[in-house]
Amino acid sequence: MILGLIRNIGQASLYFMAAVGKISLFTFAAVRWSVAPPFYVRQLGRQILDIGFFSLPVVGLTTLFSGMVLALQSYTGFARFSAEDTVATVVVLSVTRELGPVLAGLMVAGRIGASMAAEIGTMRVTDQIDALDTLSTRPMQYLVAPRLIAGTLCLPLLVLIGDIIGVLGGYLVGVYQLNFNPSLYLSRTLQYLEFSDVTLGLVKAAVFGFLIALMGCYHGYHSGRGAEGVGVATTNAVVSSSILILIANYLVTALFFG
Amino acid sequence: MLKNPSKIEISHLAKTFGSKVVLSDISLSVPAGQSLCIIGTSGCGKSVTLKCLLGLLAPDSGSIKIDGKETVSQSRTHREEMLRRFGMTFQFGALFDSLPIWQNITFRLRQNTYLSNQKAREAAAEIVVQLGLEARVIDQYPAELSGGMQKRVALARAIADKPEILLFDEPTSGLDPITGGVIDNLILDSVRRLGATALTISHDMASVRRIADQVAMIHKGCVIWSGPSTQMFDSGIAEVDQFVHGHAQGPLTDEAILAAKTGV
Repeated sequence: MILGLIRNIGQASLYFMAAVGKISLFTFAAVRWSVAPPFYVRQLGRQILDIGFFSLPVVGLTTLFSGMVLALQSYTGFARFSAEDTVATVVVLSVTRELGPVLAGLMVAGRIGASMAAEIGTMRVTDQIDALDTLSTRPMQYLVAPRLIAGTLCLPLLVLIGDIIGVLGGYLVGVYQLNFNPSLYLSRTLQYLEFSDVTLGLVKAAVFGFLIALMGCYHGYHSGRGAEGVGVATTNAVVSSSILILIANYLVTALFFG
Repeated sequence: MLKNPSKIEISHLAKTFGSKVVLSDISLSVPAGQSLCIIGTSGCGKSVTLKCLLGLLAPDSGSIKIDGKETVSQSRTHREEMLRRFGMTFQFGALFDSLPIWQNITFRLRQNTYLSNQKAREAAAEIVVQLGLEARVIDQYPAELSGGMQKRVALARAIADKPEILLFDEPTSGLDPITGGVIDNLILDSVRRLGATALTISHDMASVRRIADQVAMIHKGCVIWSGPSTQMFDSGIAEVDQFVHGHAQGPLTDEAILAAKTGV
């Protein structure tokens, strides 16, 4: 019984270490081929359009309503000790430092991570990746590198736009529902905001974008056979990138906190 | 022998996945300009042999020589050079479904040399017309084509760069007999025109009879018979006989039944 338990723990740790090793090797290869020519500019353009542009509505709506609800909730809380004035500051700091990058990251993980894993997984299952290889094209450079670069570049831009929309959401609720003075709300928004708050959010976003693309590509690339294999790859991509986003969120914040 | 040296020389190739032995001892040789068909039941190791040849899988032991040059465990650069001399069609086409047909066909041409879109389209149109398709298909996407047309496009992509060695994985599977016959003729034609060496995996005996100069049968990871295609019907080996005649009963099926019973 105890021996069985130890065996199970040992087996699980071995699987875990093997997975970590595989992902590390994949990451190393992916980054290496991202910085070596040839660069597939057209592929990169397609990914930037897909990740950056077509994710705008999702990210915009997410941050808009998060900003709005944040204004409402913080008002309820702060009104209990007559600190309603701080609502604008709380909204802008929460959105730029935390909610913008994390919520945008999670939404993009669902949208982009899944589609990357499904697309690359289908290519794996239908031998298209082997075909690429036999046609003198490195799959790492043609498929993975453009997605990694696009993910890392686009998420900060998306989050920057999301930040503005989130603060706007807070402003709308503050001014039109909670009857704050518009110019006072705006000045409170900017009064305590530091440049580093925004850059912290953007650094996080870049890390999240990298992780989303990495997980989407990794799981797609190692997809199992058939429709089921692609389905599992897609699920794994979304789940693992979401969890990694939350872990990385803490780590990056802690790193900048000190 | 000197007159017709081996283009592809595979010797004592072995490959194991986990505890499953897929290839135990494969030795084959294809003389330059000849067409070899590998036949065998599903899962006998035909595809794995082809993947080892392309360097997509690394064999556990054995050697693969192209023009006398060892290719197992060669460097990436050497492998890429080698692959440029290969044209491969995959069993299900493996066309890039995000790209239109003309980009599929000229994929490698455009990787290796600068080619304007106009030139590339012209080149693609020329090849598809050669293969009996209308020139306008070059603007369509793979998903819009029928199975037979996809096979032709896959063939077009394989021969676009004028390779010395052509590899076909089940070129006629899933096609009606007439389309299958047309594809066989196109293969014969392309191989002859390019003066290429061809290696085909197939279990379509009608097709094998048409396109093969030489035939080799793989069974349980070993080559159990090889010889000129004209002699495959009187090999004198029970397994080969059963396979080429397509009998439901014989040593191949008896083994499968026995294996299912004993769980071996």
